[in-house]
Amino acid sequence: MPNGAGSRLVSGHPPIAPASRPALQYLALAAVLVLLALPAVLTSYAVTVFILIFFYAFLGQAWNVVGGYAGQLSMGHAAFVGVGGYTAAMLSSELHLTPWLGMLVGGALAAVLGAVIGYLGFRFGLRGFYFVLLTVAFAEVCRILVSNIDALGGAIGLYITFTGDPRQFQFQDARAYYYVALALMLLATGVVALLERRRFGIYLGAIREDEGACEALGVDTFKYKMLAMIVSSFLTGVGGTFYAFYLFSLQPNSMFGIPLSVEIIIRPIVGGAGTLLGPILGSFILTPLGELSRLSLGHGGYHGLHLVAYGVLLVAVVLFLPQGAYPYLARVLRRRDA
Amino acid sequence: MTPLLEVAGLSKRFGGLVAVKDLALTVGGGEVVGLIGPNGAGKTTAFGLISGSLVPDAGEIVFRGHSIKGLPPHRVCALGMARTFQIMRPFPRLTVVRNVMIGGLGRHPHPAAAEARSRAIVDELGLGAKADHLAGSLTLAERKRLELARALATEPVLLLLDEVMSGLGERETETLVREIRAINARGIAILLIEHVMRAVMSLAQRIVVLDGGERIAEGRPATVANDPRVIEAYLGDERLV
Ligand SMILES: Nc1ncnc2c1ncn2[C@@H]1O[C@H](COP(=O)(O)OP(=O)(O)O)[C@@H](O)[C@H]1O
Ligand SMILES: [Mg+2]
Repeated sequence: MPNGAGSRLVSGHPPIAPASRPALQYLALAAVLVLLALPAVLTSYAVTVFILIFFYAFLGQAWNVVGGYAGQLSMGHAAFVGVGGYTAAMLSSELHLTPWLGMLVGGALAAVLGAVIGYLGFRFGLRGFYFVLLTVAFAEVCRILVSNIDALGGAIGLYITFTGDPRQFQFQDARAYYYVALALMLLATGVVALLERRRFGIYLGAIREDEGACEALGVDTFKYKMLAMIVSSFLTGVGGTFYAFYLFSLQPNSMFGIPLSVEIIIRPIVGGAGTLLGPILGSFILTPLGELSRLSLGHGGYHGLHLVAYGVLLVAVVLFLPQGAYPYLARVLRRRDA
Repeated sequence: MTPLLEVAGLSKRFGGLVAVKDLALTVGGGEVVGLIGPNGAGKTTAFGLISGSLVPDAGEIVFRGHSIKGLPPHRVCALGMARTFQIMRPFPRLTVVRNVMIGGLGRHPHPAAAEARSRAIVDELGLGAKADHLAGSLTLAERKRLELARALATEPVLLLLDEVMSGLGERETETLVREIRAINARGIAILLIEHVMRAVMSLAQRIVVLDGGERIAEGRPATVANDPRVIEAYLGDERLV
């Protein structure tokens, strides 16, 4: 049976094979070229917004593997951002390891945590709501632990001194972050596009629908859910390095907190969970919206008001586009074709 | 010769209710065995126990010489046993071919190969016109065929069919009987739960009758149909008549 609470939010992708159609491939190529050229004409503020769009699309795509395709609603993905970011930051400050390598180590440690959470959740058959709670609990435990470890900066966190040295994942020119974030988004999307075509990805789409039926058809659902969790948490952990080194600071509340987990899952859900382009579409819709409401509402000290806007939008999507925006868009485009 | 499937002393309780009690059952290679009994007799539960989706309280299950008791369903499936569900469980938001591919990918890990095999099976079972439709849009009769197609895609040596004919019209039932016979003719053994007596009688070489979780009779179709205990078990159940 579908996973109770989750299945309503995370709805499947109908048989749309987006990138397999040549027209769409050219469109995607054109879009990438435009994004590559764009910084030449963008204001520095617009560059910042695009960095956030790409970065959250990247995190959303990473979540999409386990949350969207496999239908296992993790609400604690911030934990992987935190583990990845803190690992790279500590390796950089203590061992002078470049964050370019640190981000891989951080991803690996996040994947270990993902494997532990996945093992507990999947071995003991926690479905829907219970899996949500497990993931939230793990992220919160991480947040509280890190807040209390002085070597990790405690509740105050860590600060990264700015050197502007690219080897230290730091850049004088904000446009460099733009390209790194774009590369991360394209990388994760490439990984997901690859998975979608292979047995692994095909299985995930069926696991989301009915695990019992999958088992009866010879699918080792535990193994594939574990793999999905590991891929997802690794990518998310890699994102943690970007997050830390882009902001020059790490705080337990912002890197492990529930608000970040919400930011991670809301874009793919709004854009279309379990679809290749859903997280990107969702981020292009929500990130500018979040920025706008932050600018217009946040200045008077109304922090978190953009979260209210998210909530309203989420309710609207669940009611009117239960599969997210992308499947709807794809249907409209196909009708035009015909 | 050792049988393909050998079940002995199989028991399962749900709380206070004994659903299957000390069941013994064999299926030989290439054989068709019918499993009948009134509603609630424990037939579906027996399937769940044999295929690994339920854990038996007691008993032994040997399939192709391996003890499969306690193995998860996907392992049992990999050994060559496939089942259909009485309450059908298609993946509604996947296409018909994708549904069948989930069964086929275990034998043919490359999606293109699995898809080719799956299309052939879908065609063979008369679902060709619906191959690229979402499974959620199928009629009841089509969904029954899809269950069968998915199970076949796992390339089993033993098929467990749970009431694949119930709710079908006469014409559809006849076609399905022919198709099941063709599947069996390829050497696939079948354990068949069925309420449509004419179908069981014509397909099965041997019939096992369950009542209240216990085996009350076993034998050739004609013998079993005239067994007084069987008639009593079905008393008030007009389906046998
Ligand atoms: N999961 C379950 N939990 C509790 N009772 C069950 C469960 N599955 C089946 N039963 C009970 O076990 C008995 C046998 O059911 P079942 O195997 O479905 O019978 P049949 O397939 O012969 O109609 C019935 O009384 C049924 O209510
Ligand atoms: Mg039954």
